[in-house]
Amino acid sequence: MPRGILLAPLWTWLLLLVAAPLLILVVMALATPADGVPPFMLGWRFAAFAMLVEDFYYADALVAALRLAATTAGLCLLIAYPMALGMAGVRPAWRLPMLALLMLPFWTGFLLRIGAWIGLLRDEGLINHLLRGLGITDAPLALLYTEGAMLVGMVHAYLPFAVLPIFTALIRLDPALLEAAADLGARPARVFFSVTLPLTLPAAAAGFLLVFIPAAGEFVIPELLGPPEAQVIGRVLWQEFFQNRDWPLAAALALALLALLILPIRWFQRLGAGA
Amino acid sequence: MKPGGVVRAVMLAGFLFLWLPILLLVGFAFSADRIPFQWGGFSLRWFGVLAANERLLEAVWLSLRIAAASATLAVLAGGGIAFALARFGPFRGRALFGALIGAPLVLPEVVIGLSLLLLFVALEGVIGWPAGRGAFTILLAHASFGAAYVAVVVQARLAEAERSLEEAAMDLEATPLVAFWTITLPLIAPALLAGWLLAFTLSLDDVVVASFVSGPAGTTLPIALFSMLRLGVTPEVNALGALVVLVVGSMLALALWLFGRGRA
Repeated sequence: MPRGILLAPLWTWLLLLVAAPLLILVVMALATPADGVPPFMLGWRFAAFAMLVEDFYYADALVAALRLAATTAGLCLLIAYPMALGMAGVRPAWRLPMLALLMLPFWTGFLLRIGAWIGLLRDEGLINHLLRGLGITDAPLALLYTEGAMLVGMVHAYLPFAVLPIFTALIRLDPALLEAAADLGARPARVFFSVTLPLTLPAAAAGFLLVFIPAAGEFVIPELLGPPEAQVIGRVLWQEFFQNRDWPLAAALALALLALLILPIRWFQRLGAGA
Repeated sequence: MKPGGVVRAVMLAGFLFLWLPILLLVGFAFSADRIPFQWGGFSLRWFGVLAANERLLEAVWLSLRIAAASATLAVLAGGGIAFALARFGPFRGRALFGALIGAPLVLPEVVIGLSLLLLFVALEGVIGWPAGRGAFTILLAHASFGAAYVAVVVQARLAEAERSLEEAAMDLEATPLVAFWTITLPLIAPALLAGWLLAFTLSLDDVVVASFVSGPAGTTLPIALFSMLRLGVTPEVNALGALVVLVVGSMLALALWLFGRGRA
């Protein structure tokens, strides 16, 4: 069968819906904002990029986003590794239900879960209600719209993605290796630190990056749970686009975020190719 | 405490952390109180309020239609792309082809949303299509990232599937089309279904990309929910959450039960 006939629509799909949008992003970053619909004039100016360099507001937003992503991914990894160990340790018949238990929250809707956290954390929320009921506090604690609320929401949203690759690597681990180490007299802790951990380290790195990469561009959680001053890049891009209608600046911010993520993305793809 | 005990304790705490907010959301959906997450006696009144909220129900219906259509388009495109990568051998531009289908998996949502919006604006300016933005542009945008996830699932299945079966069919003088229809398609059908469900869920859950590429006529459920949550939660959100958890939970329980029976 002529492969070309099959390939042509697929190429069209990819070039139109993936390649072209990214190229247009570059063109837009070089345009000038203007009054009108749509609000820009094409051109070849570097004004948007110059603004990113001159105004520290934008550099700060990039740093804040990377810090939030790294903290989230680090916390997720700390919880995910022991969770995956526990899940891999149950009887094989229980593994699938455990996996379902891990992924089901993901299928129940991202915004609804954030809604649950808002209901728990706000001034008239369940936690403050309980604290007052137990006589621990008189006035409500400000829990919502804080750094802490934002981190809790981030970890809650991304934790399953950190567990998955580690769990997969652990159940694929050759039991003969662990038995050999034990037969040679290694204690369980020694087996863990000299066999299990080194062999699952790439999966742990994959889990970290699987959280870090999307978390760096996160907009919804900082907006709904975080403090107003948590100006991460996703939020700043959103404001430049929707509120200030500065499309070239929003495009330049998107390209800056992509440039920062290129190394983590390459690293993640290398880990995927090795697995 | 033994190391095994610590591991089990962290696992239980982790599951509790993941599940407690959801279980509380479902539980308090049945509370009569008008402040969410306060117990005011058992009542179904918020389900009634939800059923009367026509704007929200319209958004649910629009979201379901967009999700179904975009998942179907994503399976056609993503399945075709996975097949080309797994079975066509080397062809010109194969590396670029593979990189492009993988890109939406690693691009931040804000970048996908903004870049697709700019594409639609440029297309409208140059060829006048698609005219305006709304349900159709959301559908296309969702299909474009859904296809990436479908391609991953289908490619994994094609890599496992015995190629010799297709070759045997062709040795027996089956045309490639017949071989594809009778051998390959049944082999990858479970992956196509899994990919469809994944694309469907991702579409139903997306607020960022949809916000960029939608117009005033494209208020999907996540967009409506997002603006509600900005103003604070209402008991209606709890009722909606309870419904979603019950539907998804029973579907998953059914799938697990069928899977268990299939293996027994």
